[in-house]
This record gives sequence, structure tokens and C-alpha cells, in this order.
Amino acid sequence: MTAKPDWKQTDIVYVDQPELSMTERLYLPQIFGGMKTTLRHMFKKKLRDDMVVQYPEQKRTLRKENYRGVHRLNRDDQGRVACVACFMCETACPAHCIHIEGAPSPWPDREKYPIKFDIDELRCIYCGMCEEACPVDAIELTPEYQLVGHSREEMIFDKEKLLSVFDRTKDEKPRKNPNITGY
Amino acid sequence: MESIRNILADQFWFSIVLGLVVFGGIQGAVAYAILLERKLSAWTQDRYGPNRVGPYGLLQPIADGLKFFLKEDIIPANVDRALFIFAPWMIFVVALVGFAVIPWGGSFKFGWMSETAKPLVVQVASVDIGLLYIVAVSSLSVYGVVLGGWASNNKYSFYGGLRAAAQMLSYEVPMGMCLMAAILMTGSLRLEEMVDWQARHGWAVMYHPLAALVLFITALAEANRMPFDLAESEQELIGGYHTEYSALKLALFFLAEYSHMITSSAMMICIFFGGYLVPGWTWLNTTTTFGAALARVAVLAFKIFLFICLYMLIRWTIPRFRFDQLMRLAWKGLVPMTMAVVAAQGIVLYMGWSQWVTLPVNVGVLLFGGFVSVAGGKAVTGRQLSMRRVEAIG
Repeated sequence: MTAKPDWKQTDIVYVDQPELSMTERLYLPQIFGGMKTTLRHMFKKKLRDDMVVQYPEQKRTLRKENYRGVHRLNRDDQGRVACVACFMCETACPAHCIHIEGAPSPWPDREKYPIKFDIDELRCIYCGMCEEACPVDAIELTPEYQLVGHSREEMIFDKEKLLSVFDRTKDEKPRKNPNITGY
Repeated sequence: MESIRNILADQFWFSIVLGLVVFGGIQGAVAYAILLERKLSAWTQDRYGPNRVGPYGLLQPIADGLKFFLKEDIIPANVDRALFIFAPWMIFVVALVGFAVIPWGGSFKFGWMSETAKPLVVQVASVDIGLLYIVAVSSLSVYGVVLGGWASNNKYSFYGGLRAAAQMLSYEVPMGMCLMAAILMTGSLRLEEMVDWQARHGWAVMYHPLAALVLFITALAEANRMPFDLAESEQELIGGYHTEYSALKLALFFLAEYSHMITSSAMMICIFFGGYLVPGWTWLNTTTTFGAALARVAVLAFKIFLFICLYMLIRWTIPRFRFDQLMRLAWKGLVPMTMAVVAAQGIVLYMGWSQWVTLPVNVGVLLFGGFVSVAGGKAVTGRQLSMRRVEAIG
């Protein structure tokens, strides 16, 4: 048995297409009107000067706080990797691009630390879930978006490379919560 | 040196040299027409367009050409090989031979030629059926499109080819009518004589504005340009008839399209817009020196440039027609209107009236067409029967 629809036929308003006038039927005045718009844009140099970003020379200004570019692994105040190898980011990652190998930590303030931390930047979808998941704010996304390489292998960032991204970007985007150390 | 002069003074050898020059010139013009198209489309969309290769991107056509040569030329597995290879060459050759009868710059004499020598004509082939030849050759180009679409063994390509065929057939008719009005008026099929007639009587567009307009519309349709580019409508047919083509063969299709634009604008200019002459500029119109001939070529080239800019502006102004709208415009709009124009021209000629009579007739036909379209109901907007308002029930 089909459910009775909760609308009546009279609720429907049929909208007719507007009638075209003589000038519209003749096409030509309308076409000339359109050409005027086209020409106006063509000769408005200022408009494109304002809008176009000449990419390699000029760059867009980004919101550095929350732009989701290349990842970095943060260092704590003693220069050690802040990660505690809890695997939260690897679990949260929808693209399965993070691979961590943990080991017992040599430092007294935490149990584990990563001996391997690989991110496949080609698989990553830059959703930022890893950043959300991290309990010690060790993994963060940076405003760096110029990500290039000659091979797929080159685009798998290991621990050293991710730490070097941190060294490169820590002035541009300081660590969100530097006080968390250990876990 | 003397022998070179003798060879150049002979119309036959001069035509051969001119043919080679025109061939090269058209290739260059087409390459830069593509750059112009990209630049104009960029400007109308508030962009810059190609500006990296050379100053203002002026070397971009060379880079594009090199790229086309270096790309892998893929022939898909299940295509009709012979036709697949033949189609782009066919359309390319057909697009180029149309230039043979375009009068580029009237007649002239080299300084070293004797007083009694016959002046040279800046035209590769000065034949009696010039206009007929252009029409025949330019409508042959649809074979390239249809063959390309058929040989690709791809339904989208085939649809593109079929659409092109139907469209060309439809727009040949009003095009022929417009040309007929011009032929009746000038009494000649030779393009150079039409230009001379206009030198005496003023541009033909003044007598037949509607015919000139319809000829322009049909030229857009024949060249498969927007708003009539249904043969390659990207949203529906990927690339249309050239979907399966790559590298040099694809480049040939583009070369053909742009050469077609140049031929058709040259033809329109010679028939309706005074050809290589400028009204009132006596030196240009009558002098028979080599320099004056060059100046006339430059005038024609400038007019062609303006027409091509117009083609491109229209491309970025008007959206594509739907196929039924396209057919309706041709058969219910252009054909009856141009028929009326041809009939009026015939009557004017028979009765021996002033040629100016056709001007109000042209305007009247256009307005009457608009009136009929308003009075004739909603069909012209493209509204379908199934979209009619349904009376509310209950």
C-alpha cells in the first residue's frame, strides 16, 4: 500500500516560460547586447590585473593557521620528536597513508616513540584527520602546498623528512600546543 | 636575374609562386589565429591567456606546433585504418584548395614589365566559376568530418559526424540563396569582378544587409564554429568527430577549421564588403604598381582579421544552439527569408529598377520574419509540447 502523499495537486504552481518580445525573437538585438558585455570584459585590463595571480612570481596569501598542506612532525622543546607512537593518526587516516613503527622510548617521560614514521603524500587526501586525532599535537598540516618530486618513492615522506618540514615551517606556523610532552 | 624576371612576369609561373606563398602564409596565419583565439577568449573571461612563451606569448604557436609533432600518434585498435588516416588529410587539403580563387589584391605590373605586357593578377587561379568553386570545395569539408567520425568506430564521434552532415546540408541552402542574390546583383561568378562591381556601386552589404548577415551566420555554421559547433560539443560528445585523434592528425583538423574560417571570411569580404578595396581611396583602388598590390593584400588581410575577431567574439557571447533550434533556424528562418531576398533581387533585375530597392526589401523581410515568429506562437523559444502547462486537477 502506498502512502498517501501529503501534498495536493493544487499546491503545484506551474510557471510558464516568459513570452519573448519581438526584439528577442529577432535574436539580433539580444546578440548585440551580449557582444557589448563580451567587449566590455575584453577591454577591462584592470579587472584581470586585479583577479589573476601570476603563479610562480606571485602567490596567494593563505590562512596559515588552518591551511592543509604538507604534513610535519613536531619536535618538542628538547628537539626530540614529539610523537609517542600511539597509532591514533594511522587509525584515523581514511586514505591509509600513514605507516608507523613504534619502539620502547629511550626517554623517561613516555613509553614509546616512532622509529619509523612514513606518510605517502600521494595517497594522502589532506583531510587533516591525523591532526585531529593526535593526542600530543605531534602531527600537523603546514601551509606548504608546492609538493613535487620525480618519483613515487620520493613522495613517501619518512620521519627525518617530516621533521625537516617542521624545522622549515616552525617560524611560519608555530606549534599549536608546545606544552604537551610525553604521554 | 633576367630569367627570374621573365618567369615572374608570366601569369602561370607567378600563380605558382603565389600559391606557395599563400600556402605558407595561411599556415602561419592559422597558427596565429589559434593564439588570437586563446588570447581573446582569455580576455573576455578576465584572464591573460598564454603569456609565457616569448614576449606576450607570441611564440606560443611554435611551441604548440612542436608539441603536436612530438606527441605519440595513436591509432586505436578497432578503427577503419585507411579512412582514419585519410579523413584529416582530406579535410586539410579541402580547406586549403579553397584559397585558389580568392582575389588577394587585384592586378598589377612589376616595374620592369613593358607597357604592353598583360598585368598580373594576384590570384592563384582566376577562373570563371570562382564562387561556385569555393562553395563546392568548402562543402566538401564535411566529408572529412563524417569520415573521421565514422572511421573512429566510436559512437560519440559518429554522432558528431552525423550532426555535422545534417547541419552542413541545412546551412548550404540559405548560403546558396545569399550567394545567388549577390550573383544576380553583380552579374558574375568571378570574385574579382564582384569586387570591381562594388568599386563602382559601393559595398554590396548596403543593398543586401540581410543576405550579408545570413551569409555570415551560415559561414559560422559551415565552419562548425560556436554557436553552431554541435559536431564537437564537448559536454555531450567529448570531442565530437575528433575524439579518437591525436598528435598531427588532430592538428590537421584544427588547421582545417581555422583555414575554413579564413576562406569563408575572405569570400564574404569579396562578395559583400568590398574585397581588397577601400571606398574613396583612389590610389589604392586604381594604381597598378607592385606596392599598391601589396597594400591591397594588406587591406584584405586586415578585413579578414576583423572578421575572425568577430567570429571569436561571437564564440564567447552566444551559447550553443540545441539541435532542433539549429534546424528550425535554418529551415524556418533563414531559408524563407533568403528566398524572399532572391525573389526581390530577381524582380528588381527584371524590371530594371534601381538596385537600392533591395535595401528596404531586406529590412522588411527581416522585420516580417520577426513578426511571423511572434505571431506564430511559442515554438521558436524551443519549448516542447510536453512542457505545456497542465491544468490542475483536484
